[in-house]
Amino acid sequence: MVAPTAVPRGAATTMSEPLIEGIAGRNRRTMQQFLNVALNGLSQGAIYAAFALALVLIWRSTRIINFAQGSMGMFTTYIALALIESGRSYWVGFAVALLAGLLLGALVERLVIRRVEGGPELNAVIVTLGLFVALQALAAILFGATYRSFPAPFGLHGFDVGGVNIALTPFNLFAIGAVVVVMLALVALFRFTDVGLRMRASAFNQEVSRLLGVPVGRMLTLGWALAAMVGSLSGLLIAGGSLVFPAYMDAVIVYGFVAAVLGGLDSPVGAVVGGLVMGMTLSVVSGYLGSELVALAALAILVTVLLVRPRGLFSRTAVRQV
Amino acid sequence: MASPEQPDTHRSNTGTAGASPGSGPLFEAEGVSVRFGGLVALDDASLSVAPHRVHGVIGPNGAGKTTLFNVCCGFVRPSSGRLTWRGSAIPELRPHRLAGMGIARTLQGVGLFPGLSVVDNVMVGADHRRRAGFLSALFALPRSDTDERRLRAIAMAALRELDADSYADRFPASLPYPVQKRVAMARALAAEPELLLLDEPASGLGYDEITELGALVRTLATRMSVVVVDHHMDLVMSICDRITVLDFGRVVATGTPEEVRDDPAVIDAYLGEDARSPERSRDD
Repeated sequence: MVAPTAVPRGAATTMSEPLIEGIAGRNRRTMQQFLNVALNGLSQGAIYAAFALALVLIWRSTRIINFAQGSMGMFTTYIALALIESGRSYWVGFAVALLAGLLLGALVERLVIRRVEGGPELNAVIVTLGLFVALQALAAILFGATYRSFPAPFGLHGFDVGGVNIALTPFNLFAIGAVVVVMLALVALFRFTDVGLRMRASAFNQEVSRLLGVPVGRMLTLGWALAAMVGSLSGLLIAGGSLVFPAYMDAVIVYGFVAAVLGGLDSPVGAVVGGLVMGMTLSVVSGYLGSELVALAALAILVTVLLVRPRGLFSRTAVRQV
Repeated sequence: MASPEQPDTHRSNTGTAGASPGSGPLFEAEGVSVRFGGLVALDDASLSVAPHRVHGVIGPNGAGKTTLFNVCCGFVRPSSGRLTWRGSAIPELRPHRLAGMGIARTLQGVGLFPGLSVVDNVMVGADHRRRAGFLSALFALPRSDTDERRLRAIAMAALRELDADSYADRFPASLPYPVQKRVAMARALAAEPELLLLDEPASGLGYDEITELGALVRTLATRMSVVVVDHHMDLVMSICDRITVLDFGRVVATGTPEEVRDDPAVIDAYLGEDARSPERSRDD
């Protein structure tokens, strides 16, 4: 995948001076481009990872793919935008959007999903698709369907490293940091707390958990709330320093979904790795082959994963040997 | 306590004498009927469990033993009948309230959480004994942290009692079946219940393990009441203080093992018409 312009050292010594400088310059530009592609992939990948993680959290606890995840994140980002435009600081908008995500997730689970849980799987799929469309329409009614710019709390100019401007901005660093913090917090919650244990137990077997006194319904609501909060975070990070409109999350839904499938829908670690792999791959495709191929590449990855390793890279349930 | 549909004079009626009004039964199901569509799974069945007694429920396949169990733990709502816990009626029994009331149940098979380590599995069983509130646990406040250690200690103690503490960090799938059964039992005990419902605890166990299980259940009776549903007649006859016999959803006899063993209705319904001695009934 690295550009094939690297010249063997031995060859360079026999060449004339200007040519060497030309090659060195080309080499440096190639390196710079590769670095930029990689950094861009990393920061995009972090956001895809957050989105994929939100999908995985819900899949693990309720066996439902939440197609409305993107719309929910979009909606809470608009709430943040409304606050910021009314003069509040970015951070107020940021915090309120995350809390709104928490609340929206809990409400959606309690009021809508609870009614289709345990029923035919297709019902839940249709319901989340319906929510996806309904929330987008509602956002267009409430906030308008035009492009609006969303502020970023940190600079959007790349750092200068040794006189070279690289494609890593302070906002990128913030995005990566925010995703890492949220992931570590989730790991700590699931691994080391009693609530996390109860949530894991109800994800594995609701009936047995109930018998042991776990309030399974409350755990499911909490799971949706947490997932929606992570989804809101990815919405905010995608929007930062860019334009928002009711459908701005649509591409992320596709990439995040592919990332989740790539990692195996059951594995949070897989979602994170899948997100990073997706970010890197799409950035490479965009940087070297052309940005119009990105969506195609994402779908090609999805098809390949489903054909070759349908359970994903990180699924625990290995194929049984007979 | 015998069902009114059985007017013949078998001796199961002596069973009613067991529940003296002074001590009172710990748990009682009276006149419970369950219908699944047109099928009558339980017909006016009753069960009365005295404190610190081991109560067996036996009957041929399809007699309604598991349904009765499911009614007792709230999985199945009876179409008629009354459940009483410590003398007061339970209006609506919900499974997740069970642990808080002091009732624990094991399942046919093991029902362990596959992705949780053995000690985590048992900790879920001890869960309702936590003291920290929901929010402080969510944000891992210090109080919740000490709670966490306490629950872990309870879980380890339960595993030690079942001689399974050396498997604490393993995952259920990597353990032999009898060990999994012991872990499931430890999980039920970690709740420190007053009433333990054991659904086929001996299934899949070998002879020695069944003997150990019997000894364990007798020890447990010093701390709690136990209800056992099982096919192993030797086990049930040797460990139970009282036995309720179901047939086609009806209680055909209730009494001590000796009374039940000699009851002609039981022999007809369950042991087969020629099998006069209980040894014949061993199904392995």
